[in-house]
Amino acid sequence: MSAFLEADVVVRRAGHTLDVSLAAEPGDVVAVIGPNGAGKTTLLRALAGLLPLDAGTVTCEGVTWAGAGTPTPPQQRDIGMVFQQHLLFPHLDALDNVAFGPRSRGSGRREARRVAHTWLERVGVGALSDRRPHQLSGGQAQRVAIARALATDPTLLLLDEPLAALDVSVAMALRFELARHLADFGGVSILVTHDAIDTMTIANRVVVLDEGRIAQAGTPDEVAQRPRTDHVARLVGLNVLRGHSTVTDVRLADGTSLVTTTPFDGDVFVSFGPETVSLTVGEPTGSARNRWSGVVRSVVPHGAAVRVHLDAGAAPLIADVTPASAARLELVPGRRVWAAVKATELAVYGASAAEPPAPLPSRYV
Amino acid sequence: MSRTSTGAVPASTGRAPLRLLLPAVAGLVVLLAPLAALVARTPWATLPERLADPEILMALRLSVVTATIASVLCLVMGLPLAWVLARTAFRGRSLLRALVTVPLVLPPVVAGVALLSAFGRNGVVGGPLRDWFDLTIPYTTTAVVLAQTFVALPFVVISIEGALRATNRAYDDVAAVLGADRWGIFARVTVPLALPGIAAGLVLGWARALGEFGATITFAGNYPGSTQTMPLAVYTALQSDPEAAVVLSLILLVVSVAVLALLRERWFGQAAR
Repeated sequence: MSAFLEADVVVRRAGHTLDVSLAAEPGDVVAVIGPNGAGKTTLLRALAGLLPLDAGTVTCEGVTWAGAGTPTPPQQRDIGMVFQQHLLFPHLDALDNVAFGPRSRGSGRREARRVAHTWLERVGVGALSDRRPHQLSGGQAQRVAIARALATDPTLLLLDEPLAALDVSVAMALRFELARHLADFGGVSILVTHDAIDTMTIANRVVVLDEGRIAQAGTPDEVAQRPRTDHVARLVGLNVLRGHSTVTDVRLADGTSLVTTTPFDGDVFVSFGPETVSLTVGEPTGSARNRWSGVVRSVVPHGAAVRVHLDAGAAPLIADVTPASAARLELVPGRRVWAAVKATELAVYGASAAEPPAPLPSRYV
Repeated sequence: MSRTSTGAVPASTGRAPLRLLLPAVAGLVVLLAPLAALVARTPWATLPERLADPEILMALRLSVVTATIASVLCLVMGLPLAWVLARTAFRGRSLLRALVTVPLVLPPVVAGVALLSAFGRNGVVGGPLRDWFDLTIPYTTTAVVLAQTFVALPFVVISIEGALRATNRAYDDVAAVLGADRWGIFARVTVPLALPGIAAGLVLGWARALGEFGATITFAGNYPGSTQTMPLAVYTALQSDPEAAVVLSLILLVVSVAVLALLRERWFGQAAR
């Protein structure tokens, strides 16, 4: 049986190609993350029919939107779309912005406005229905934009960084409402985001794009705990190194090696949290088996701790230390320090996306 | 770098250099001195009775009516043409745009000759019109409107095309996703967003039509009551009664400034906000 939404999207642009396959079922909220230029917005525009596919197919609810023959124009796809800049029509008030979709899809003026009013109430801005967009705050405008996208009762909702242009506090408040609306929404939501919190709180599935391809896909927990790209590692605040493992010895690209407690043969990712990294001025002599000499690049407050970015051998590392330690070690950019991680703190998983996570042999359990 | 609160003085202050200031002043003099002279030469004492002259009123009425009809025609044909140039992609679009702009640089009298060649009694279109429908266009009020439309249309098309291009295409995408077809997008999104620019284009066209002289006198003649518009009346008066010519010119000046001021208030003010 085929999935509710099945998309096999190939878009070729000068210099880069997007080649992504997605499948999702009703109720799924798929977060699409990845660095700038990875093709996230291109993917949304292709699904919406605003960009033609160079190859591939898109089917939704059994209807082929793109594939063989003439693609279905955006007007005839059952989609709602929310943009980073709210893109409310500046010449229409909030009510008529939301009524635009139902009107365009054949409802009478009165019925369209009734639907629009219901949606404005639902997103909490019913009292602002006669305001023009320039009279709304960023958060209010984005609420209206969400209402506008949902008012046509779409089966596929495309959200392109809907919270990115908002102030942090406004984004935080709207994030939970958005999560609620998406949970109530019966169709498939695809949420492009730059924010790890969006991914963790709103989505039930994550697709990581890198250079036009899917670098990783899974549940938010899987992706956050075992990131396969630097981008995601930075998003979720983990150190991720890539190397080749022979039993418990992982050789990194720069020739240094790590000792792990997870036997694995083949290419692997090794990840560890910044709080597991200890810093010393002299070479550490404790039980930590893995150590690097590095140069402090930056020192910034991070919650109650201090986050130290290091240039250390194979990759940049992040380490969280207490403010007291930071002062005692005189951590300033340019200072040379040693970083150490215990072998037991390292998570090791296969680098090939097809490989299942390495099972722990019984003797280690 | 901080902006000053008045916003009037940019960061690179200092006296304006003379080598820029002098030509600027000279330009102002060239533009304003003739207008000032026109006002100065106006025979204010006899102005009321001259204004009541039925021939002047007739010419003024004819001018306003024909220029307005020409502007409406420019809107009806020019807006869609501008949309085609701004929003569709096809081979030869730049050629089409170049062709549209030809009348812009054409001497108006040549436009008149061209119109005669097309719509004259024996013209390419005018011949059949006369033979089959007994319709003759030259030397009629219709010819006046046609001449004005011909010279004003390129102004209208080019400025509306600019206004359409200046609107954010992302709104077209939003409307398409919401289900609006191309006509719906045009009527409910593109045009409302470009309205100030469209109005500006029409004002430009109206002013051009109001001042039309060369093509009109060539193609429509100079008959009081039917084809003698204000500019033609000015020209005629100048040969016998220069004072009357000044009065007519003053009226044209006042009408032009009034319309500009009125629409500026209404549209340009909104656009600037």
